[in-house]
Amino acid sequence: MNLNNFIENFADQFEETDASAFTPDTKFKELEEWSSLIALSIIAMVDEEYDITLKGDDIRNSATILDLFNIVKGKS
Amino acid sequence: MAKITFHGVGIKAMAACVPSKVVYNRDLGYLIPKEEIEKTIESIGIVERRVADEDVTASDLAYQAARQLLDDNGIDTSSIDVLLFMSQTGDYRIPATSCILQHRLGLAKTTACIDLTLGCSGYVFALSTAMAYASMEGVNRVLLLDGETFSKIVNRRDKVDWPLYGDAATATLIEKGDYGATTFLLNTDGSGEDAVKIRAGMRHRITADSLVEREQEEGNIRNELEVYMDGMDVFNFAISKVPRSVKEILKETEQTIDDIDFLVFHQSNKFMTDFFIKKLKFPPERVPYCIQKYGNTSSTSIPLTIVSELYNKLDGHKKVVMCGFGAGLSWGTALVDFKDCQITPVIEYERKVTKQ
Repeated sequence: MNLNNFIENFADQFEETDASAFTPDTKFKELEEWSSLIALSIIAMVDEEYDITLKGDDIRNSATILDLFNIVKGKS
Repeated sequence: MAKITFHGVGIKAMAACVPSKVVYNRDLGYLIPKEEIEKTIESIGIVERRVADEDVTASDLAYQAARQLLDDNGIDTSSIDVLLFMSQTGDYRIPATSCILQHRLGLAKTTACIDLTLGCSGYVFALSTAMAYASMEGVNRVLLLDGETFSKIVNRRDKVDWPLYGDAATATLIEKGDYGATTFLLNTDGSGEDAVKIRAGMRHRITADSLVEREQEEGNIRNELEVYMDGMDVFNFAISKVPRSVKEILKETEQTIDDIDFLVFHQSNKFMTDFFIKKLKFPPERVPYCIQKYGNTSSTSIPLTIVSELYNKLDGHKKVVMCGFGAGLSWGTALVDFKDCQITPVIEYERKVTKQ
């Protein structure tokens, strides 16, 4: 699993936020565009791309994109 | 896994009734930032919903749907042996609403009446119960009424739930006859009990404090008698179970996607259903939606989708897969063999007819 790819896939779920805003340390829930619907898109993306089903707590307990990457990696 | 197959019973007729009052999601500016409203509507696919008046219940809507079905098909009320009422918003905690409906509909006192309660998976489970009764010696016809008025249990300032839910009721007449096989796969995982919940009840006794509105997660407001849903956990559950259960029913019944005329999902939200279709590679033109007009009507959504979207498309023999999933957690999938099903187009609730 590649972190840069993950960040790219993560960023693809956003429409308005500039791609440069996404780094491993981005606190994604603090992004203006973040919403519960984008959370569903992230769950769908991880299911499609990595064949892993994220729980609500996986997202709630992650502050940064790297945190979420590590959760997905840990499940794969 | 409960795998059940019935022979010689089927759905003779269906009808549905919705409140006449329309609520538009574009008017949710007080709840959702204006610039996000369009995006939210597009994603959940819900433009408008129907909301019952304060004094109109799920059983009122179900009564009119039932009346319409009985009248349109010339069904003698004395021929109904069993009445099932599937709902989580019944009239009273005691007595069962099905008993009230028996009297109101003028059904015989020899009618067996039972209330059933489940969330969005409810119709599939209730249909299996109806078919089980209809299969038995001594029972010829079962009237299954499925109605919900979630507007009575959702807080208007809950931005997760309020944009989703609408009110509606449906009537389905099940009877013995020359029908093909119908197969059900019924499943439950109670470890997910917290994903969709109304907290106050017997476990947590209802007190004056239960009615106090409080700010909950992410600024959503509700009291303890109103429904809470963890959207992410429900989605997590749905994507891991729903596409698989559709594949399973095809495998169990030795059918392929090409054999299925229509795939009817519980109308949870469009984003989710679109995702399932994509995952299953199912032709989207054979997956009807009514969510844009009626929102998520809980267990009523599957029969409402059939009545609303397939009322002139189920002539002759048709194979329909239904898939309901939700609170419990509970999920059920059925492959139903429709034969000359008589469907009345959706009617709007008329106050004068039921005022007594």
